Amino acid sequence: MKRYSRLHKPHIVINTVMVAILAIVIFPFIWMFFGAFKTNMEVMTMPPKLLPDKFNFDNFAQISKLVPLGRVLFNSVLVAVLTTGAQVLFCAMAGYVFAKISFRGRELLFILILLTMMIPFQLSMITLYKIFVRMKLNNTYLGLILPGTYNALGIFLLRQNIRTIPDSYLEAGFMDGASHMKAFFSIVLPLCKPVLATVAILGFMSSWNSFIWPLIIVSDSDMLTLPVGLSRIQGRWTTQWNLMMAGNLISFIPMLLVYIFAQKYFIKSVAGSGIKG
Amino acid sequence: MVGENKLHKAITIILFLLPCLAGLVVFNLVPIIQSAFMSFTDWNMLSPPTFIGPDNFREIFSDESSVKAVINTFRFTIMYVPIVIVVSLLLATVLDMKLKLVQVYRSLIFIPVLLSWVVVSLLWMWLFNADSGLINYLLSMLGIKGPAWLFDKKYAMVAIVIASLWKDMGYFAILLLTGLQNISDEYYESASLDGASPVRKFFSITLPLLSPTLFFVIIILTINSLQVFDQMYVMTKGGPLGSTTTMVMEIYNNAFKLNYAGLACAQAWFLVIVTLVLTLIQNKLQERWVHYETI
Repeated sequence: MKRYSRLHKPHIVINTVMVAILAIVIFPFIWMFFGAFKTNMEVMTMPPKLLPDKFNFDNFAQISKLVPLGRVLFNSVLVAVLTTGAQVLFCAMAGYVFAKISFRGRELLFILILLTMMIPFQLSMITLYKIFVRMKLNNTYLGLILPGTYNALGIFLLRQNIRTIPDSYLEAGFMDGASHMKAFFSIVLPLCKPVLATVAILGFMSSWNSFIWPLIIVSDSDMLTLPVGLSRIQGRWTTQWNLMMAGNLISFIPMLLVYIFAQKYFIKSVAGSGIKG
Repeated sequence: MVGENKLHKAITIILFLLPCLAGLVVFNLVPIIQSAFMSFTDWNMLSPPTFIGPDNFREIFSDESSVKAVINTFRFTIMYVPIVIVVSLLLATVLDMKLKLVQVYRSLIFIPVLLSWVVVSLLWMWLFNADSGLINYLLSMLGIKGPAWLFDKKYAMVAIVIASLWKDMGYFAILLLTGLQNISDEYYESASLDGASPVRKFFSITLPLLSPTLFFVIIILTINSLQVFDQMYVMTKGGPLGSTTTMVMEIYNNAFKLNYAGLACAQAWFLVIVTLVLTLIQNKLQERWVHYETI
């Protein structure tokens, strides 16, 4: 409390307000959780009850009839993991060249990449869709993954970080006969783990939650990812809140698990993307 | 680097830059150039485009649904940006205090950020439902008869703004918190010695020193809200009566539902231009209120 030290007494007030705000933030999750196990009668009845009369797992089976739930979950995990992995590796590789190997036109190329950060995806998505259809990439994993592997912000963050690695570290490696490839994997990557984690977390979140691109590029229900799959459930049953909450829960839990294990990194990633971006 | 082999260097550059160059060219430059061309054509994505000059750009300002989408996007932006700024700034200020549970607060406030917009939308559609929603039930306990929210053209956008605020405030609170933590304690200490009140400290130390971060947050928020799509697509499909159709929704509909891909490309370029102009204006205005040096 050093900053607003005159506020010593209202400590309790501030804590109370914060708890009230957090209640508003968290309660919808609790509502969603129990909603996922209610019957359709229960979600429609007024006054509403918090808990279901009995935990009803039938909702999950029901949505599986419209959307192949297991498959969609698998697709989402596969696409998010591969997109994130490729994106982090590609960004680090480019970052290494931009930081440590000089060549003619390097700065110009780097600026061009930074400029693409300002371009909204909506500008390229229509013609990109057409290109992907021509390459027969619609309704494929590659079609879902590829656009996410290029990330200008990631290249920028990694280049900035790799620049802080002293040249002498690398030179020592080259003296011992290491190639660039070896230096990159055994010297550079271990030294920029925190930034790699930042790029990975931001990449994973955006891939997991990505909506408009999968909506466009996939029509086949076997290739759906969770967000688009969920939006289809809604399109079919407009008042089956229990089914929608069951779908929501399936989409939210994997992300929550990742968050619980890597919580500190999440908050740091967001903070880090802010100062430097 | 000293004493390295030229061929080895060239191969490394090519190999290491290849994925990023492919991304730059195939996913950015080519589609962008193509869409610039297509914006001057009548194109349905199936048959070859025919050149029609600037007709599509005229259409943006003459077509009723296109004009409506522009207005709605601004309506969303005008409500969403200020409210997110105010709420997340207040949250960040509290999260910056030395409270016992501050780490727990930070972790919890971030949870909605993890959700996809689809999940947020489905959840809030239920909460806002006129007959079986929690919000109208709570209002009825206070003796207020709640509106039909997403089905009422006066309230649909407000409801979407509330749901969006709920999802985004944690993200921006954490961004602003980083800015707050970069402010040195010395300023507060000397202000305390001078007997400044907490409110005074907030306005004469915190706000000016936070202004660069605040500026960055406002820019991001504006860009994001000009591109708003997911929430509307799920919650209202742009309705009722087109009251929540946004620019990106128009682009999506024209390109992928109505086969007016040429018009959609023009609208996408218009979106870019609007974004650019607003960013430049904000950049100009920042000279008046953003302090980069110490106070």
